Amino acid sequence: MSRPGTGFDPRSDPHMSQALTIYTLRLGDDLLILSHRLGEWCGHGPILEEDIALTNRALDHLGEARNLLTYAGETEGQGRSEDDLAYLRMERQYTNVKLVEQPNGDYAHTIVRSFLFDAYHLPLMQALMQSKDAQLAAIAGKAVKEATYHLRTSSEWMLRFGEGTEESHARAQAALDHLWTFTGELFEADAVTDELVKAGIAPDIASVKETWSRTMDEVLGEATLKRPADGFMATGGRQGLHTEHLGYILAEMQHVTRAYPGAAW
Amino acid sequence: MSNTNDQGWPLWEIFIQSKRGLDHKHVGSLHAADAGMAIANARDVYTRRQEGNSIWVVKSEHVHASRPEDAESFYDPADDKIYRHPTFYVVPEGAKYI
Repeated sequence: MSRPGTGFDPRSDPHMSQALTIYTLRLGDDLLILSHRLGEWCGHGPILEEDIALTNRALDHLGEARNLLTYAGETEGQGRSEDDLAYLRMERQYTNVKLVEQPNGDYAHTIVRSFLFDAYHLPLMQALMQSKDAQLAAIAGKAVKEATYHLRTSSEWMLRFGEGTEESHARAQAALDHLWTFTGELFEADAVTDELVKAGIAPDIASVKETWSRTMDEVLGEATLKRPADGFMATGGRQGLHTEHLGYILAEMQHVTRAYPGAAW
Repeated sequence: MSNTNDQGWPLWEIFIQSKRGLDHKHVGSLHAADAGMAIANARDVYTRRQEGNSIWVVKSEHVHASRPEDAESFYDPADDKIYRHPTFYVVPEGAKYI
């Protein structure tokens, strides 16, 4: 068997290249926005140690986002840098899932949001390591170690909340019930992903969902939290249709760049 | 420093091993609700610049220390017992590491 990522260049095919750009941007946008949300805790963590842990996590996600946005800019071939993509796109051009743009809320909301995402992100990165696209496989390989740690710590917090006090249990359950609506989007497939799956560039999201679902049952079961039923699921983020929250995030994230274009120091 | 923080979380002493084969060294302390959280927080607080590859955490309440006022009776008697130091031997020629 040949090593993944050898002898195949999707960029030689313009159509495939476009799909690759869209897909890479989606992965990068998820991480960029989640990173920004977690970064909002900086200086506000419940205790000093958690403050540092959340900021570390935010920086991990930012590093992953940088790799992906840089690569998206390369495959797009129009000379856009990671900064151009992060700071000069409008809300409708962002293709992150709505889950990651949801407000931090209380600590349970913040942790549950990361837990739902981490349980998806780790198996996705593990599968992506087998991508026939060498760069995506390399980016995933780098992310897997961090993603393993992220899932481990967010899972431990779920147990602590679930089996802690009545209040921590109730808050975690409320966050879970509220955010569950946003998990459907993680596993959406469309023409873009279908094409990349067929080419061996993107993993089949159904297998990622199976792993995610197993993690949910295991961790929530142990935490004595109730897995919410799959009802209405939010959608639209991948097409650039967002909740009201993203605009505020971008306003904060982009205002310096837009007020002082090209500023350097 | 108090042994619990405002949340009632106990204090933990953190020991980091910087390299395989070396001792775990005391690097500081932090608050955490349980041992798992103490290890995770120690990882974030004390190993973010590649300082270590192994972490021990011990609840501070489990560390028993000698008292400063005992210092005289504990340590001073060793002052005049020079025979406890290996200074009465001639180091053989060529022995580099003693």
